[in-house]
Order: sequence, then C-alpha cells, then structure tokens
Amino acid sequence: MKNKLVVFALCGLALFITPLIAQYFGNAWVRIIDSALLYVLLALGLNIVVGYAGLLDLGYIAFYAVGAYMFGLLSSPHLTETFPAIGAMFPNGLHTPIILAIPLAAGLAGAVGVLLGAPTLKLRGDYLAIVTLGFGEIIRVFINNLDAPVNITNGPKGLSQIDPMHLGKLTMGKAIDVFGFTIPPVTLYYYLFLLLVLGSVVLCYRLERSRIGRAWMAIREDEIAAKAMGINTRNMKLLAFGMGATFGGVSGTMFAAFQNFVSPESFALNESVMVVAMVVLGGLGHIPGVILGALLLASLPEVLRYVAGDLQSMTEGRLDAAILRQLLIALAMIAIMLARPRGLWPSPEHGKAAPGAQAPTPVPPGIPADVTRSAP
Amino acid sequence: MDIFIQQIINGLVLGSVYALVALGYTMVYGIINLINFAHGEVLMVGALTSWTVVTELRGTMPDWLLMIVSLAAAIVVCAALNFTIEKIAYRPLRNAPRLAPLITAMGMSLLLQTLAMIIWKPNYKPYPILLPSEPFNVFGAVINTTQILILVVTAITLAGLMYLVNKTKLGRAMRATAENPRVAGLMGVKPDMVISATFVIGAALAALAGVMYAANYGSVQHTMGFLPGLKAFTAAVFGGIGNLPGAMVGGVLLGLIESLGAGYIGVLTGGVLGSHYQDIFAFIVLILVLTLRPQGLLGERVADRA
Repeated sequence: MKNKLVVFALCGLALFITPLIAQYFGNAWVRIIDSALLYVLLALGLNIVVGYAGLLDLGYIAFYAVGAYMFGLLSSPHLTETFPAIGAMFPNGLHTPIILAIPLAAGLAGAVGVLLGAPTLKLRGDYLAIVTLGFGEIIRVFINNLDAPVNITNGPKGLSQIDPMHLGKLTMGKAIDVFGFTIPPVTLYYYLFLLLVLGSVVLCYRLERSRIGRAWMAIREDEIAAKAMGINTRNMKLLAFGMGATFGGVSGTMFAAFQNFVSPESFALNESVMVVAMVVLGGLGHIPGVILGALLLASLPEVLRYVAGDLQSMTEGRLDAAILRQLLIALAMIAIMLARPRGLWPSPEHGKAAPGAQAPTPVPPGIPADVTRSAP
Repeated sequence: MDIFIQQIINGLVLGSVYALVALGYTMVYGIINLINFAHGEVLMVGALTSWTVVTELRGTMPDWLLMIVSLAAAIVVCAALNFTIEKIAYRPLRNAPRLAPLITAMGMSLLLQTLAMIIWKPNYKPYPILLPSEPFNVFGAVINTTQILILVVTAITLAGLMYLVNKTKLGRAMRATAENPRVAGLMGVKPDMVISATFVIGAALAALAGVMYAANYGSVQHTMGFLPGLKAFTAAVFGGIGNLPGAMVGGVLLGLIESLGAGYIGVLTGGVLGSHYQDIFAFIVLILVLTLRPQGLLGERVADRA
C-alpha cells in the first residue's frame, strides 16, 4: 500500500515537472506534448465507442470538428462581424464564458453523435465503419462549404482569433509569473490538458467497471446474447456513440482554444484514421494501451522532424517532415497489425473464451475470420 | 431538358468507372470478407503509371498505340502491386481478429498515397488528350468520343468478366471459394491461388478505370483514388456486396444519382446548396441502402457470390 502511494507521488511529480523541463529546451517541445495529450483525450473517447462497445467509428474526427467549430463560433469575432444583428446584441464581441461554451460544444457534438448512431444501429463491423466514414466526410463537406449563401463556418478560410481558455479575468492566453518563474501559455495548457486526461482516465476506468461498461462489452462480444440477457442494445449503443462524441467535442473545444484557429483542413479523414490507429495499435479497450498508442503515434513523428531535414536534402526535397510522418504512421499500422494483431499492450483478460474453447480449431489457409462476430 | 440528358451522359460515364472499381471490391469482399481500403489507391497508381508512360514516350508512336501501351503498363504494375499487397499484408492476417486486416488495409491505403506522393510529387499533373475528342450532339447534349469509348470498353470488360466468372474453370473456383473455402479446398481448389487471382483481376479492372478516369478528367494526382474508391465501395454495397451484376448496376446507378444530384441540387434547394455538395450523395445513398435494404438492390444470392 505504502509502495503504491510512493509510485503515485513520483508519477504525479514527474507529470508535473515534465513541461517545466521541456520548456527549458523551448516552447516547441511543450507544444508537441500538448498536442500528444489532445490525441490521448481523443483516443480515450474513441476507445469508448470502438474498444468497449465494439462499434468501429471512422468518422470520429467529425465530432472533434463540431466541438471545435461550435467553440470557435462562440468565442471568435466571426458571428458578430458577419451578422449585424448579433453584432448589435454583443457590441463587445461574443466572448462566451467557457462555463457556457464548453458544455454547449460538447452537447452539440454528443447530439450529433446520437443522431449519427441512430440510423446505423443495425449495422456492424465493416459496414458501420464505412457509413461512419461517410458521415465524417458529409460533415467535412458541409463545414467546407457553409460559407455561402449564409456565411456560418467561413468555408476553407476557417475561423480565426478564437479566444484562449479563460475564466472571468483569468486567461491562458498570456504567460503568468509564479514566484518570479514565468509560465508560458503552452505550459498552462499542458496542465489543463493533463487534468482533462486524468479526469477522463478515471471516468473511463469507472465506466469500464460499471453496469454500462459491462453491457457494452457484452454487446461487443456477442450482440444477440447480450440482447437475450435483457440488455437494451439500442440504448446502450446510442449511449456509446453519444459519450464518445462528447469526448470528441470537448477535445475539439480544447483544440480550438489552444490553436486560436480552426479550419476544415484539421479534420480530414486522415486524422480519423490516425485516431483509430492509435486506439487499435495500443490495445483495444485497454486504457494504458490506448494512452501508449496515442502518445507513440502523436509524438514519435514529431520528434523525427529533427532528422527529417537531412533526409529532405538527400532526396531533393521529396521526403519532408509531413510526408515522413505519414509514411511512418502507415508503416506502423501495417507492421504492428502483422506482428501483434491485438495491439501493443492488449488488456490481459480481454476476449477470454469459455473454458475448453481456448484453443482455436485449426483451419486451412483461406478461411475468412468469423463473419458474424464483430472484432474483439 | 438538355441539362437532364447531359447529366445522364456524365452519370453513365462516371458510373461505368465506379462499376469497374466496385467489381474489385465486391470480388474481394465476396471471397475473404475484407473491405480492401487500398483498392482506390490501386486506381490512382494505375492512372499515374499510365501518365508516366504517356509523358515519357509521347511522340515515339501513334497516340492510339501509346494509349494501349500505357494502359498495359498500368495493368501490369497494378496487378503486381495488388498481388504483393495481398501476399504481405492480408494473407498473414486471414485468421486474425476482424479489425486487424481492416486496419492494415487502411494503413496500406495511406502508405500507397504517401509513396505516390514521394514518387510523383504532390502537384496535379495534366493528362494529355490522346484519343480523338470529337463532340457529338445527342438531343441537345454533348458527348465526346472519349466518353463513348469509355462506355464501350466498360461494356466489353464487364461482359468478359461475366464470362470469366460464370463459364471458365477459374471462375468456378472463385465461386466455390467464395461459397466455402474449406470445402473448395477439399475439392482440389487452391484457395490461396484463387484469392491471388481475384486480387490480380480486381487490380486490372481498377487500372483500367484509373486510366479512363484520367483520360476523361484530364488530370492526375496522388489523392485522386480515394473518393472514387469510397464511392465504388458504396456502389458495391448498393448493388449487393459479393454480387457481380449488382456491382455493375450499383456503379452505374450511383454515377447517375451523383451527376443528376449535382445538376439539380441548386434548383431543388433554391440555390442554398450548390454542386460542390456532389460528394455527399454517395454517402446518403449508402446510409439509405444500408438502413432500408442491407442486402443491396440485387440481394446477396448466396449461391452466386464471386
């Protein structure tokens, strides 16, 4: 017991001083850690949908976009400048307090999630994947084009001048001094994101062990059996979609405030694929695995930027950092799946079959995996 | 009225491209139940290969011969590529959890796009007009010779594929493997060989579609495969996945819906939504089909999957 406390205290201390050390080497490093934490948050949300409920959602980034855009609209001058009526109502600009803006954005994302989930309840596996992918694209097409005839999203130009996170007079947009030590905004955001991640981990951990979590896992393992045991599969699936989407929405608000700018470019399909890859590579349904996957995929390519310069000059500019990053992610997706199809750090008791049914019956090559069952 | 006919013509041309790609999806899905996400990228590789051959060899031979040579090169490259992909990325995962091959397929799609970007650079490249592009008037609408050729080539290819699947020994082996690989194996069919053959045929069709797509739209780029790939999958689901005639019908219908939708959405919504919403029609169709008739238009005739 005492040992555990010591370990916790050391971990806490390490997490606390990480940005202060990184900051010493330059704010860019803290930014990398910040965005990695955002990805962890996203991956934890998607893990609820894919890992627990077994619903492969490839349009997840759309909720991130909905959250980011909602927050952007509520805290940037875009609405007051475009619509004189709103401008007249808020002469000082629409600086919605975050106590209102974050729940609104998260709520909208959650509602969109339920809306998306509703028509797809009957689908499973691959079909669900492709439909959610389509939904994600539909939302992106709308965000990209809703600048005419009524300018809502400002089209491909995106929304700029979004307020940083602020609570009353307190703002994270400026550096603050604590005992003569300057803490820049990136580090402040680090602590905010860290708090959110820790909160999410606790929430996910509790969810996993709750009746709801067990119901989700029952649906994931065998939907028909779950139904027969009296689980309301429809409501449970909608809840999973809604809850995952809310996570996405909250991450979106953080992203918008952190960047002060959103544009459709940040919500391309590649991002969705990347978040799915993080969850699956780490270990579906296993919180430490998911965090590992997210940290690895989000930070490794960033660190590799420092070798990218040499490669770029060696290949006449063909292999720049962004391309190298994509290449690595693609190779990681393929290689890790081939080497460890259940992820790098799978949950130890996950997918245990009934006693006696442990060893899979040998099948000749060419047999597809079980069709009716969704992925474990 | 002439807009209507024009959009029908455009839809048919677009739809025949979708149909060719959809066949690759449907054959692979019918046999190993995998959505081969990288299939759209095979189309892209085909188009870019053909572009390279055309730009390198332009002037050394007559244009029509050059077209055929570039098409042949594209087919060979794509067939080799798809064969390799199946062998290294999908085959080892055939008995893995269902998500694993899907993730590898997505990774493969990303990998092919990135490699194409490195090899061919990310800019748009104009695809030269090689075929005589003479416009004809059809009831006030315009159709050019390239488009007519696309329709004719597609029809011939589809007929050839139907013959292959329904009448030849390989076709019978494919149908048997789709039905039940284990039993087919007992009957002397080699499932691995049949699956490889399916990937090769699918790649050849995708390469053909890619070259026609490039010739019709006049430009090529490394991301050009993604949306057609996704829409072709929609077409395959629309017609009933695993069903060859279904994929053809689904492809053509989807092309028609898309171009009619793009042509009329402005009028229908009073100008609120414009033709840049064209891409959402495929997904709306997909969602409607999957909720209303999940087995697709022609159903999944279990005995006839290939």
